[in-house]
Amino acid sequence: MTGGMLGFVIVGIIAFISAFFVVKSEDPVRSAIGLVVNFLAIAVAYFMLGAEFLGITQVMVYAGAIMVLFLFVVMILKLGSRDKVVDRAPLQRTAAIMLGIALLAMVMSAVIGADGAVASSVEVGPDFGKPQTIGKVLFTAYVWPFLLASILLLVGVVGSILLAKRKG
Amino acid sequence: MILPIATIVQQVPLGAFLGLGLTLFIMGGVGVLIRRNPVVVFMCIELMLNSVNLILLSFARYLPSGGAGESPMNSAVSGQMMVIFVMAIAAAEVAVGLGIIMAIFRSRNEVDIDDMSLLKS
Repeated sequence: MTGGMLGFVIVGIIAFISAFFVVKSEDPVRSAIGLVVNFLAIAVAYFMLGAEFLGITQVMVYAGAIMVLFLFVVMILKLGSRDKVVDRAPLQRTAAIMLGIALLAMVMSAVIGADGAVASSVEVGPDFGKPQTIGKVLFTAYVWPFLLASILLLVGVVGSILLAKRKG
Repeated sequence: MILPIATIVQQVPLGAFLGLGLTLFIMGGVGVLIRRNPVVVFMCIELMLNSVNLILLSFARYLPSGGAGESPMNSAVSGQMMVIFVMAIAAAEVAVGLGIIMAIFRSRNEVDIDDMSLLKS
Protein backbone atom coordinates (compact mmCIF):
# COMPACT_ATOMS: atom_id res chain seq x y z
CA MET A 1 0.00 0.00 0.00
CA THR A 2 1.43 3.34 -1.02
CA GLY A 3 1.75 6.32 1.30
CA GLY A 4 -1.06 8.34 -0.22
CA MET A 5 -3.49 5.45 -0.11
CA LEU A 6 -2.51 4.71 3.50
CA GLY A 7 -3.22 8.31 4.47
CA PHE A 8 -6.55 8.22 2.70
CA VAL A 9 -7.55 4.98 4.44
CA ILE A 10 -6.70 6.47 7.86
CA VAL A 11 -8.73 9.61 7.12
CA GLY A 12 -11.61 7.51 5.82
CA ILE A 13 -11.67 5.28 8.90
CA ILE A 14 -11.65 8.32 11.21
CA ALA A 15 -14.47 9.93 9.24
CA PHE A 16 -16.50 6.71 9.26
CA ILE A 17 -16.12 6.07 13.00
CA SER A 18 -16.94 9.67 13.92
CA ALA A 19 -20.01 9.64 11.64
CA PHE A 20 -21.08 6.41 13.34
CA PHE A 21 -20.77 8.16 16.72
CA VAL A 22 -22.91 11.05 15.48
CA VAL A 23 -25.68 8.68 14.46
CA LYS A 24 -25.42 6.24 17.34
CA SER A 25 -24.56 8.23 20.46
CA GLU A 26 -27.42 8.95 22.86
CA ASP A 27 -25.85 12.09 24.27
CA PRO A 28 -26.16 15.07 21.86
CA VAL A 29 -22.86 16.52 23.11
CA ARG A 30 -21.07 13.34 22.10
CA SER A 31 -22.78 13.53 18.72
CA ALA A 32 -21.49 17.09 18.37
CA ILE A 33 -17.94 16.04 19.21
CA GLY A 34 -18.16 13.22 16.68
CA LEU A 35 -19.35 15.76 14.15
CA VAL A 36 -16.31 17.99 14.82
CA VAL A 37 -13.95 15.06 14.26
CA ASN A 38 -15.81 14.20 11.06
CA PHE A 39 -15.54 17.78 9.76
CA LEU A 40 -11.82 17.82 10.48
CA ALA A 41 -11.32 14.49 8.70
CA ILE A 42 -13.18 15.82 5.67
CA ALA A 43 -11.01 18.95 5.79
CA VAL A 44 -7.94 16.69 5.61
CA ALA A 45 -9.52 14.97 2.61
CA TYR A 46 -9.93 18.40 0.97
CA PHE A 47 -6.24 19.04 1.53
CA MET A 48 -5.47 15.67 -0.07
CA LEU A 49 -7.52 16.72 -3.08
CA GLY A 50 -5.41 19.86 -3.32
CA ALA A 51 -8.09 22.37 -2.30
CA GLU A 52 -6.26 24.25 0.43
CA PHE A 53 -8.64 27.19 0.56
CA LEU A 54 -11.72 25.01 0.92
CA GLY A 55 -10.01 22.93 3.59
CA ILE A 56 -9.32 26.03 5.67
CA THR A 57 -12.86 27.28 5.04
CA GLN A 58 -14.23 23.93 6.14
CA VAL A 59 -12.33 24.12 9.42
CA MET A 60 -13.42 27.70 10.09
CA VAL A 61 -17.04 27.55 8.98
CA TYR A 62 -18.05 24.04 10.00
CA ALA A 63 -15.76 23.03 12.83
CA GLY A 64 -15.77 26.59 14.16
CA ALA A 65 -18.99 28.47 13.56
CA ILE A 66 -21.62 25.80 12.98
CA MET A 67 -20.44 23.62 15.86
CA VAL A 68 -20.61 26.58 18.24
CA LEU A 69 -24.23 27.09 17.18
CA PHE A 70 -25.02 23.42 17.80
CA LEU A 71 -23.36 23.37 21.20
CA PHE A 72 -25.15 26.56 22.25
CA VAL A 73 -28.52 25.10 21.35
CA VAL A 74 -27.72 21.82 23.13
CA MET A 75 -26.69 23.85 26.17
CA ILE A 76 -29.77 26.12 26.15
CA LEU A 77 -32.24 23.31 25.58
CA LYS A 78 -30.69 21.08 28.25
CA LEU A 79 -30.95 18.10 25.97
CA GLY A 80 -28.23 16.24 27.84
CA SER A 81 -30.21 13.28 29.09
CA ARG A 82 -33.39 13.76 27.15
CA ASP A 83 -32.73 11.47 24.26
CA LYS A 84 -33.06 8.18 26.10
CA VAL A 85 -36.66 7.86 25.04
CA VAL A 86 -38.25 4.49 24.56
CA ASP A 87 -38.09 3.44 20.99
CA ARG A 88 -41.72 3.59 20.05
CA ALA A 89 -41.31 2.31 16.54
CA PRO A 90 -38.56 -0.32 16.44
CA LEU A 91 -39.69 -1.27 12.96
CA GLN A 92 -38.75 2.20 11.73
CA ARG A 93 -35.16 1.84 12.90
CA THR A 94 -34.74 -1.60 11.35
CA ALA A 95 -36.35 -0.50 8.11
CA ALA A 96 -34.17 2.63 7.90
CA ILE A 97 -30.96 0.65 8.46
CA MET A 98 -32.02 -1.96 5.89
CA LEU A 99 -32.83 0.75 3.34
CA GLY A 100 -29.49 2.40 4.03
CA ILE A 101 -27.58 -0.81 3.49
CA ALA A 102 -29.48 -1.51 0.27
CA LEU A 103 -28.84 2.00 -1.06
CA LEU A 104 -25.17 1.77 -0.10
CA ALA A 105 -24.80 -1.55 -1.90
CA MET A 106 -26.45 -0.10 -4.98
CA VAL A 107 -24.36 3.06 -5.26
CA MET A 108 -21.13 1.31 -4.29
CA SER A 109 -21.63 -1.31 -6.98
CA ALA A 110 -22.13 1.54 -9.45
CA VAL A 111 -18.94 3.26 -8.26
CA ILE A 112 -16.88 0.07 -8.37
CA GLY A 113 -18.30 -0.86 -11.76
CA ALA A 114 -17.53 2.54 -13.27
CA ASP A 115 -14.05 2.88 -11.80
CA GLY A 116 -12.31 1.40 -14.81
CA ALA A 117 -14.04 3.83 -17.14
CA VAL A 118 -12.80 6.88 -15.25
CA ALA A 119 -9.32 8.16 -15.92
CA SER A 120 -7.32 7.84 -12.74
CA SER A 121 -6.11 11.40 -12.54
CA VAL A 122 -6.04 14.31 -14.93
CA GLU A 123 -3.48 16.98 -14.45
CA VAL A 124 -4.76 20.24 -13.06
CA GLY A 125 -2.63 23.30 -12.65
CA PRO A 126 -0.63 23.87 -9.47
CA ASP A 127 -2.98 26.73 -8.58
CA PHE A 128 -6.01 24.43 -8.36
CA GLY A 129 -7.09 25.24 -4.82
CA LYS A 130 -5.25 28.49 -4.21
CA PRO A 131 -7.19 31.42 -2.74
CA GLN A 132 -6.08 33.58 -5.68
CA THR A 133 -7.78 31.29 -8.20
CA ILE A 134 -11.00 31.06 -6.20
CA GLY A 135 -11.12 34.76 -5.42
CA LYS A 136 -10.53 35.75 -9.02
CA VAL A 137 -13.40 33.61 -10.28
CA LEU A 138 -15.74 34.25 -7.34
CA PHE A 139 -15.58 38.01 -7.77
CA THR A 140 -15.85 38.06 -11.56
CA ALA A 141 -17.86 35.27 -13.14
CA TYR A 142 -19.72 34.23 -9.98
CA VAL A 143 -20.32 37.68 -8.54
CA TRP A 144 -24.13 37.55 -8.84
CA PRO A 145 -24.47 34.17 -7.13
CA PHE A 146 -22.07 35.51 -4.51
CA LEU A 147 -24.29 38.55 -3.87
CA LEU A 148 -27.39 36.35 -3.78
CA ALA A 149 -25.70 34.10 -1.22
CA SER A 150 -24.87 37.11 0.93
CA ILE A 151 -28.51 38.29 0.79
CA LEU A 152 -29.59 34.78 1.74
CA LEU A 153 -27.26 34.78 4.72
CA LEU A 154 -28.58 38.18 5.81
CA VAL A 155 -32.17 36.93 5.58
CA GLY A 156 -31.17 33.81 7.50
CA VAL A 157 -29.61 35.84 10.31
CA VAL A 158 -32.62 38.16 10.60
CA GLY A 159 -35.05 35.24 10.42
CA SER A 160 -33.28 33.19 13.07
CA ILE A 161 -33.15 36.16 15.45
CA LEU A 162 -36.85 36.74 14.86
CA LEU A 163 -37.68 33.08 15.43
CA ALA A 164 -35.64 32.64 18.57
CA LYS A 165 -36.67 35.95 20.13
CA ARG A 166 -38.70 35.87 23.30
CA LYS A 167 -42.21 37.10 22.59
CA GLY A 168 -43.54 40.20 24.31
CA MET B 1 6.62 13.27 5.95
CA ILE B 2 4.28 15.37 3.85
CA LEU B 3 3.68 14.00 0.40
CA PRO B 4 3.17 16.50 -2.39
CA ILE B 5 -0.47 16.85 -3.35
CA ALA B 6 -0.04 15.52 -6.87
CA THR B 7 1.44 12.28 -5.54
CA ILE B 8 -1.46 11.65 -3.20
CA VAL B 9 -4.04 12.16 -5.90
CA GLN B 10 -2.19 9.87 -8.29
CA GLN B 11 -2.10 7.13 -5.67
CA VAL B 12 -5.77 7.31 -4.64
CA PRO B 13 -8.41 6.50 -7.26
CA LEU B 14 -11.53 8.61 -7.72
CA GLY B 15 -13.69 5.71 -6.58
CA ALA B 16 -12.14 5.83 -3.10
CA PHE B 17 -13.22 9.43 -2.52
CA LEU B 18 -16.66 8.72 -4.01
CA GLY B 19 -17.04 5.67 -1.77
CA LEU B 20 -16.17 7.68 1.35
CA GLY B 21 -18.57 10.46 0.40
CA LEU B 22 -21.43 8.10 -0.41
CA THR B 23 -20.92 6.11 2.79
CA LEU B 24 -21.05 9.28 4.90
CA PHE B 25 -24.11 10.50 2.98
CA ILE B 26 -26.03 7.29 3.62
CA MET B 27 -25.00 7.23 7.28
CA GLY B 28 -26.38 10.75 7.59
CA GLY B 29 -29.59 9.73 5.86
CA VAL B 30 -30.08 6.75 8.16
CA GLY B 31 -29.41 9.05 11.11
CA VAL B 32 -32.12 11.46 9.95
CA LEU B 33 -34.55 8.55 9.80
CA ILE B 34 -33.77 6.88 13.12
CA ARG B 35 -33.04 9.76 15.50
CA ARG B 36 -35.76 11.62 17.42
CA ASN B 37 -33.80 14.54 18.80
CA PRO B 38 -34.14 17.38 16.24
CA VAL B 39 -30.67 18.77 17.03
CA VAL B 40 -29.09 15.42 16.22
CA VAL B 41 -31.24 15.22 13.08
CA PHE B 42 -29.72 18.56 12.07
CA MET B 43 -26.24 17.20 12.72
CA CYS B 44 -27.01 14.29 10.40
CA ILE B 45 -28.18 16.72 7.72
CA GLU B 46 -24.86 18.54 8.07
CA LEU B 47 -23.13 15.20 7.61
CA MET B 48 -25.02 14.70 4.36
CA LEU B 49 -24.21 18.20 3.08
CA ASN B 50 -20.54 17.68 3.88
CA SER B 51 -20.34 14.40 2.04
CA VAL B 52 -21.95 16.01 -1.02
CA ASN B 53 -19.28 18.69 -0.82
CA LEU B 54 -16.59 16.02 -0.75
CA ILE B 55 -18.06 14.32 -3.83
CA LEU B 56 -18.33 17.61 -5.75
CA LEU B 57 -14.75 18.47 -4.93
CA SER B 58 -13.38 15.08 -5.89
CA PHE B 59 -15.14 15.28 -9.25
CA ALA B 60 -13.74 18.77 -9.72
CA ARG B 61 -10.23 17.49 -9.00
CA TYR B 62 -10.33 14.29 -11.02
CA LEU B 63 -12.37 15.22 -14.07
CA PRO B 64 -11.46 18.77 -15.02
CA SER B 65 -12.74 19.55 -18.48
CA GLY B 66 -13.90 22.38 -20.67
CA GLY B 67 -11.83 25.52 -20.85
CA ALA B 68 -8.27 25.62 -19.69
CA GLY B 69 -6.47 27.43 -16.94
CA GLU B 70 -8.43 30.19 -15.27
CA SER B 71 -11.52 30.09 -17.43
CA PRO B 72 -14.55 30.32 -15.11
CA MET B 73 -16.28 27.52 -16.99
CA ASN B 74 -13.40 25.21 -16.15
CA SER B 75 -14.99 22.48 -14.05
CA ALA B 76 -11.95 22.39 -11.76
CA VAL B 77 -12.92 25.90 -10.67
CA SER B 78 -16.71 25.69 -10.89
CA GLY B 79 -16.73 22.58 -8.70
CA GLN B 80 -15.04 24.56 -5.94
CA MET B 81 -17.55 27.38 -6.45
CA MET B 82 -20.37 24.90 -5.86
CA VAL B 83 -18.74 23.77 -2.63
CA ILE B 84 -18.49 27.38 -1.43
CA PHE B 85 -22.16 28.05 -2.17
CA VAL B 86 -23.26 24.81 -0.50
CA MET B 87 -21.31 25.93 2.58
CA ALA B 88 -23.12 29.29 2.58
CA ILE B 89 -26.53 27.63 2.20
CA ALA B 90 -25.68 25.17 4.97
CA ALA B 91 -24.75 27.99 7.34
CA ALA B 92 -28.02 29.84 6.66
CA GLU B 93 -29.99 26.61 7.00
CA VAL B 94 -28.45 25.77 10.36
CA ALA B 95 -29.15 29.26 11.72
CA VAL B 96 -32.80 29.19 10.68
CA GLY B 97 -33.35 25.57 11.70
CA LEU B 98 -31.91 26.02 15.16
CA GLY B 99 -34.04 29.15 15.55
CA ILE B 100 -37.13 27.09 14.72
CA ILE B 101 -36.10 24.44 17.26
CA MET B 102 -35.67 27.16 19.89
CA ALA B 103 -39.14 28.55 19.11
CA ILE B 104 -40.70 25.09 19.37
CA PHE B 105 -38.93 24.48 22.66
CA ARG B 106 -40.24 27.82 23.99
CA SER B 107 -43.84 27.01 23.22
CA ARG B 108 -43.94 23.31 24.14
CA ASN B 109 -41.03 22.86 26.56
CA GLU B 110 -39.94 19.63 24.93
CA VAL B 111 -38.54 18.64 21.59
CA ASP B 112 -39.28 15.28 20.06
CA ILE B 113 -39.61 14.83 16.33
CA ASP B 114 -42.55 12.44 16.69
CA ASP B 115 -44.58 14.92 18.75
CA MET B 116 -44.30 17.67 16.16
CA SER B 117 -47.35 16.70 14.17
CA LEU B 118 -49.42 19.88 14.26
CA LEU B 119 -49.41 20.16 10.48
CA LYS B 120 -50.91 16.69 10.20
CA SER B 121 -54.64 17.31 10.20
